[in-house]
This record gives sequence, structure tokens and C-alpha cells, in this order.
Amino acid sequence: MHLSLPLLLSVALFGIGSYGLLVRRNLILVLMSVELMLNAANVSLVAFDVFWADVLRAGQSLAIFVITIAAAEIGLGLAILLLLYRSRGTIAVDEAIELRESVYDDEPGQATPRTSA
Amino acid sequence: MRVSEQSLLSPTGADLVFALFGLVAIVSAVMVVSTKQIVHAGLWLAVSLGSLAGCYLVMSADFVAWMQLLIYVGAVVVLLLFGMMLTRAPIGPSEDLTGKNRAAALFGSVGITGVLAVLVVDAYGSTMMNVDEPVGTGSVIGEAMFRYWVLPFEALSVLLLAALIGAIAISKPRQGTK
Repeated sequence: MHLSLPLLLSVALFGIGSYGLLVRRNLILVLMSVELMLNAANVSLVAFDVFWADVLRAGQSLAIFVITIAAAEIGLGLAILLLLYRSRGTIAVDEAIELRESVYDDEPGQATPRTSA
Repeated sequence: MRVSEQSLLSPTGADLVFALFGLVAIVSAVMVVSTKQIVHAGLWLAVSLGSLAGCYLVMSADFVAWMQLLIYVGAVVVLLLFGMMLTRAPIGPSEDLTGKNRAAALFGSVGITGVLAVLVVDAYGSTMMNVDEPVGTGSVIGEAMFRYWVLPFEALSVLLLAALIGAIAISKPRQGTK
């Protein structure tokens, strides 16, 4: 089997995940895009592990670790998401902008105007 | 490791099966990031991650494939669907799931994909990997895990516990607020 096929699949999944990460507004869909990118990393880890076939099984072990960390990340991410929903009633990522440095003067959700430093 | 060369244009049987699973994974991933119905995005994510498990099986990584099915399709997708339910996600199609910067995002991600794909094909275009040996069964992975990776494994169990307690602490309603 060609090594480049799983690597191309990994590249495609990473690109799709990064598109979703940039374009989605709903926090749950952003988390799904992060999952796609983590899976892209997993595919290339497993592919290189099967290719090198070393005694440590480093790629497959790390892939299992990544799966575990993804589960922890989803748990914490959903807890934060529910907290955000309880306190604001929305989980749109472009409405939680109070901590952002203000870019435009006529920003609708702007909490504090930028002081002239 | 077996370094034998064969052009990408002459596929083997394993190549074809892998390409089939990979195509399903890519198409359903595109549906995840482009569908207008949020529940459908979760179900397409299950399809994508499940066909990735098929890809792992073709690459003779059995144990990772079953872990993928158990944890991703079994737990993560269900958690995401729970999250949709608890945030009262709209059932029908909704137009506000996607932001306004679609062109810039498309440009950036297509750029990343193009550069990485050219790099991969240039570097490994005709390299073959051996998928006939049992390199990913439960006994092989278990031996590697508990002989060489014990310390990361235990650290990861502590991390999972910390994440669990953290999730409980975050979602517990505080006194005084509300």
C-alpha cells in the first residue's frame, strides 16, 4: 500500500477541519472541526508507525493518547460551552468578544472603548 | 520497514479499499463543515470518524481502529449531541451557523491543503508501506504500551481525572451568581 494515500487523507482532513474552525460560528461546530483536525494528526501518526514498524510502536501509542486527550478536551469544552450558554443564552463564538482588543469603533458588542495609550 | 517504490498511478488492492474509506471520510467531513443543520453535522461527523476506523483497519492498526470506534463514534459524538440538546440547538436548517469570512477561510485552508499535499506527494509519492504484518493487534499495542509507555499512560489517567473534576467544577452552579 502507498504511504502517500493516508498522508493525503490526513492533509485533506486537516484542511477541512481548519476551514470549519475558521468559518463556523456555533461553538459545538467549532469543536467538531477541532475533532477533524485531531483525527488528521492521528491518521498520519498511524501511517508512519506502520511504515517504520519500530519496536516502541510510538505512532500508534501516541494516536491512542491523542484519542484520550480528545475525549478529555470534549468533556471540558462542553462544560465551558454550557457555562457560556447559561450565562449568555448563546454559543456563537463571535458574540463573546468582551476580552478582545477592540478593532472597530462602532463595534456593537464592545464593552470598553479603547483608551488612547 | 520496507522501502520499495511503486508509482501512485498503479494502485494495489489495499490502496483501493483505503481510497474508498478515505473518500467517504473526506466527503462526510466536508458535510460536517458545510451543512446548515447542526444535528446533521453531528451525524456526518459519526460517519467520517467511523470510516476513519475503516482506514485504520486497512492499515492493519486494529486496536486503534476499535479505540476510534469506541471513543469517537461511541462517546465523543454522543457528547456533542448532548451538548446540542442542552443548548437548545435549532432542529431545522439555520443560516447563522457560518460566519461572514467564508472566502478568507476557504483561501487559507485550501492554501494549507495544497502546500501540504504537494509536499507529501513530492516526498513520499511512490513509497510503499507493508500492511501485511500484524503490527497493530491488541497484544502488540498492549506490550508496547505497558513496557515503554507506562509513565505517559499513568500521567494520562491523572489528566483524565483532572478533566473530569474540572468539568464538574465548571458546570456546578455557584452560590451568589444567577
